[in-house]
Amino acid sequence: MTRYVLKRLVLLPALLFLFSVAVFAIVQAPPGDFLTTYVATLASSGSSISAEQVEALRREYGLDRPIWVQYLKWMENLAKGNLGLSLEYQRPNAELIGERLVLTMVLALLSFVFTWIVAIPAGIYSAMHPRSLVDYLLTIVNYVGVATPNFMLALVLMWGAFAYFGVSVTGLFSPDFVEAPWSLARVLDLLTHVWLPAVVLGVAGTARLTRVMRANLLDELNKPYVTTARAKGLSEWRLVVRYPARLALNPLVSTIGWYLPALFSGSLIVATVMNLPNIGPLLLRALINQDMYLAGSILLIYCFLTIVGTLVSDILLAWLDPRIRLEAG
Amino acid sequence: MSVLAPAAPATAEDRVSVASNWRLVWWRFRKHRLALVSALVLIALYVVVLCPDFFSTQDPEATEARRAFIPIQHLHLIDGLRPAPWVPDVVGKRNPTTLRMEWRVDESQRIPVRFFAAGYPYRLFGLIPTRIHLLGATGSDGRDRLHLLGTDRLGRDQWSRLVHGTRTSMTIGLTAVTFSIVLGVLLGGISGYFGGPADAVIQRLIELLQSLPTIPIWLALTAALPRDWSPQQVFFAITVILSLVGWTTLGREVRGRFLALREEDFVLAAELAGASQRRIIVRHMVPTFLSHIIATSTLAIPAMIINETSLSFLGLGIRPPAISWGVLLQEAQNLQTVALAPWLLIPGAVVIVSVLAFNLVGDGLRDAADPYSQ
Repeated sequence: MTRYVLKRLVLLPALLFLFSVAVFAIVQAPPGDFLTTYVATLASSGSSISAEQVEALRREYGLDRPIWVQYLKWMENLAKGNLGLSLEYQRPNAELIGERLVLTMVLALLSFVFTWIVAIPAGIYSAMHPRSLVDYLLTIVNYVGVATPNFMLALVLMWGAFAYFGVSVTGLFSPDFVEAPWSLARVLDLLTHVWLPAVVLGVAGTARLTRVMRANLLDELNKPYVTTARAKGLSEWRLVVRYPARLALNPLVSTIGWYLPALFSGSLIVATVMNLPNIGPLLLRALINQDMYLAGSILLIYCFLTIVGTLVSDILLAWLDPRIRLEAG
Repeated sequence: MSVLAPAAPATAEDRVSVASNWRLVWWRFRKHRLALVSALVLIALYVVVLCPDFFSTQDPEATEARRAFIPIQHLHLIDGLRPAPWVPDVVGKRNPTTLRMEWRVDESQRIPVRFFAAGYPYRLFGLIPTRIHLLGATGSDGRDRLHLLGTDRLGRDQWSRLVHGTRTSMTIGLTAVTFSIVLGVLLGGISGYFGGPADAVIQRLIELLQSLPTIPIWLALTAALPRDWSPQQVFFAITVILSLVGWTTLGREVRGRFLALREEDFVLAAELAGASQRRIIVRHMVPTFLSHIIATSTLAIPAMIINETSLSFLGLGIRPPAISWGVLLQEAQNLQTVALAPWLLIPGAVVIVSVLAFNLVGDGLRDAADPYSQ
């Protein structure tokens, strides 16, 4: 087990290196650079900047150097724990990303909690009462939940709240708290706003999880040990929760590490639609404006989280199911 | 065709034992009512994909600022007792304070709807020049005026735009999955059949691609597409980007199947009979798991559609003037606009229905793909 984990940990830097090259290539790919976009934006707003100034800026940012030099510079800074400077905001990337990253994580975690709290009991109930009315209703809700793109759900909710209740459900804070420093009141304010995006983000996952839980549990319920326990006179609910539900959960537990980064990525779209002060809109803007170090850093953070997530789920799986460990050994 | 009738169990069993694989799949799929209905929905959608102009009532690109935000004209099939389809007329009045044209439906004025009416010229299947459209209506001012799903902020007919968007979005799902199948079967097949170093390289590649955060990477890749590309180039690039990750799941599955089948007796028999490697793969191995591939691919299409719609919605996928469901939903991005014209959300309902249909058909196919189980 230790060997397996170590082996995977050794691979981590190699993977990150590969991804950093790929990410840099992608953010570099659009024709032109940040300054071409910048000049175009200035031109469209009526002001202008002289060619010498542009050249000076280009030299200052190092955009005139060959691509591999720019990459090495980026890597050198990263190794020092410095994410570089955002060309657009003229502020350190770490500062820009910091709070937004925390908010993104809070959103993903809450959404995850929502998914599990709803999906597991719903799945258990469905499996215990197959072909009942509630089971059919849950199945319909699940199918529709999986089929609804989450930005669509966000749009409909925002429209409904606005058209029928006259409230705007965008953002994560009330107007008074947007710029306020962190305090207990701000955290409470966040909690009153964050649940809706968290639910929107979690609906598709909840639907999928309910279906998997139902199927897994149904497979378990036919096994002889369940009959034995039932013959012993255990109450139905205790019986199910005690043995088969735990077994049915096993394959789901191993997907946690994979699901969290997926939520993290998925929040990107919801955040853009609902105008959340999240990492998503920042990335989108950085990509469009070719603010390459900012975009590159965010993408690399995403990559890192995904790799770690995959690693965690592999380890969980190996820990839960010894057969996999032997194969990997 | 009621082959599995309980009245004649002996003959039914006989028929099952001699029926071809495909026939068995069809028999089982047929029993899945919802999947069957969904299949019909998909067929209807793809008929629309074949000739969107025929189903349009107006030119999807025609803008007229004065005719913005016309509400839905509900299609009524019966006029009194006669089966004559009609729609209510719309009347516009300029709001004295905002100076904006405000349209409302006037139920007292009935406009008859004609079938196979003449409209804007187009080429059927891109070949035959014609002016015939499925539906048409002439308004009180003597102009074509039929907005089955209302108009958007530029006065473009939403029904016609939806029909054209359906073509793009449904084709993108299908093309992206086709790419994935080709890549998945080819690389997965090589990996599973030959094994050794090829297998190792391909497996590492799959692991690498699968540990990429898909949505951010897609965003970055689509943002990197040059702005001056033609809609066709963008379309092609988006399908390639979407299938870049999509093929990996399929590749793994195909590899697993090949690994299992390689040891089967019938493969050994074919080898001993002197069949070439290509023949063994194409004639003997692929047909045994083809139904699985089809089921898996059907389940992969809706994900592609949702991804395309999301990317286009964020302004990074299909770009106007090309029309897709995501592009249409961009119009609904502004809350004030949606509150004024809720019908702009209708394309979203179409996305949900089509994704639902694909999922149900996929589930039905997956259950049917193993005709010998049970």
